[in-house]
Amino acid sequence: MHFERAHRHTWRKIKSGLASTIAFVSALLVITPLSLVFFHLVVNGAGSVNWDFFTKLPAPVGAAGGGMVNAIVGSLELLALAGAIGIPVGVLGGVYLAEYGSARINSVLRFLADVLNGIPSITWGVVVYGLVVLRLKGFSAYAGGLALSLIMIPLILRTTEEVVLLVPNGYREASLALGVSRWKTIVHIVMKTASKGIITGILLALARVGGETAPLLFTAFGNRFWNHSLSQPIAALPLQIFTYAISPYDDWHRQAWAGALVLVTGVFCVNVIVRILTRGRAASVV
Amino acid sequence: MTVAASILVEEHSARTRMAPASRIGDKAFEWLTLAMALAVVVLVILIGWQLWQGSSLAIKKFGFHFLTTSTWDPVAEQFGALPFIYGTLVSSLIALLIAVPLSIATAAYLTELAPPWIRQPLVSLIEMLAAIPSVILGLWGIFVMVPWLREYPFPLLKRFLGWTPFFTGPMYGPSMLAGGIIIAIMILPIITSVSREILRSVPDLQREAAYALGATRWEATRIAVLSYAKKGLFGAVILGLGRALGETMAVTMVIGNTPQIAASLFKPGYTLASVIANEFTEATTDIYLQALFEIGLVLLGITILVNLLAQLLLRTITTTSATRAVQ
Repeated sequence: MHFERAHRHTWRKIKSGLASTIAFVSALLVITPLSLVFFHLVVNGAGSVNWDFFTKLPAPVGAAGGGMVNAIVGSLELLALAGAIGIPVGVLGGVYLAEYGSARINSVLRFLADVLNGIPSITWGVVVYGLVVLRLKGFSAYAGGLALSLIMIPLILRTTEEVVLLVPNGYREASLALGVSRWKTIVHIVMKTASKGIITGILLALARVGGETAPLLFTAFGNRFWNHSLSQPIAALPLQIFTYAISPYDDWHRQAWAGALVLVTGVFCVNVIVRILTRGRAASVV
Repeated sequence: MTVAASILVEEHSARTRMAPASRIGDKAFEWLTLAMALAVVVLVILIGWQLWQGSSLAIKKFGFHFLTTSTWDPVAEQFGALPFIYGTLVSSLIALLIAVPLSIATAAYLTELAPPWIRQPLVSLIEMLAAIPSVILGLWGIFVMVPWLREYPFPLLKRFLGWTPFFTGPMYGPSMLAGGIIIAIMILPIITSVSREILRSVPDLQREAAYALGATRWEATRIAVLSYAKKGLFGAVILGLGRALGETMAVTMVIGNTPQIAASLFKPGYTLASVIANEFTEATTDIYLQALFEIGLVLLGITILVNLLAQLLLRTITTTSATRAVQ
């Protein structure tokens, strides 16, 4: 009897250890693709990331070398356009939710923002195509920037709301008690206190749309040369990677790997900056 | 008294001087922020209206048959979306079958079973996986994953499961199975991080009660934590499904892009999102473009429905941290 109980106890302990091991292996499997992608990006891409890559236009088919400078600059231009619309709308909308909106309005707006965040990014490309490209009769940097900005708005709105809500009420009361008007209190005290969190949200949104390809396919369209006017098609790094990846040329495949390495490095740099910004967030409230 | 009175007078005049200006400022700022917040309403209406309007001709011409026929012939102007709907559902299902057990086990490991020092680094790595752009995963899929699948796992599957209809026929590489696997990789991080937040929100009392009864670590996890959080975990899975259905670039690059309905997962397929990505700029006739808009409308409808379900399941437990994990 006693022996049997002890035996069962051991078995239960073994089972517990087994479950922990399986869970550990699962965790390893989850991060395996990350390490594999990284490994292959470096192995296949590092050789082609050189001075030419950052300074030259794409080489014609068959000619080796060339670079992606137009795509890198194009991506930055698109991000600037997207930010010009997405950041003010998202941040101020988030401030409304945190500072003004009633519980009822807020729950509706929050719900809609979450619905928007779940919509596939390619749908935004289709919408902007119908809205802008068909009307202006041509692909353009404006259309691409708009498509990206529409993705950014709900993202930034939610993060801004969240960090503005973290600002202690005492700050607002102190400012109002000094006779400062409400909007000045919000802008100079509340938003300033939450600025680190707001910037974090903006950076994450930029990193996210910076890697987006689908919404640019038929808005920005891509361009093998410099873009001279924002009402013309423009190159973007993710688009260029896609075009090169599905092409049949080895030279282009090499360029695609190099472009991917540069893009991933950019995205990860932003994520590291965010991590540094949010370190010790619990201690400093915001 | 005179001093007090003069202070009062002064303050009064200061107030009458200041008040209107700051009131106008206050009102203006409130309206400005409200207008920006209403952008989400505008966007929801815009997306529905634009897709509906863009596909109105196709809806009129093909009616309900659009969803139930499988001929996709731009030259003959015959359009049926069934192969794409099928491809989207099957590839997402494969993705869930792979991703759900792994993600939930990982989430349980992160909150319950792992030694504390390993947790934060693991979470950071999973966040990094989430940050990899889809097109880069697709690039890796084309040149690394698909050739490897064709070389090793596919022949094994054929040898041992070849008697089922799912693993028969020639193995080219780009296939429904490859598409499902790449989607699985893409949704692993979101299911893991949402599940982790759900498990973290399980009250400690649950665990303490189980341990007090002499449960082992795994028993406490299974009985007190996982089953307590069942509904939330289901929400996390549905949320992952929502992402899987709309995944575009990586899938387009490995699924083979052939509109067919075939039982074998070695055969190439096509998804709603992929056909838009591939054919949109080639749509030369109006009705072709309209059909692609309608594909967009179908995709929007499916993803919104799935996301609503996820929101509903997550709402009861949703904390701000869970919504953060969603993004």
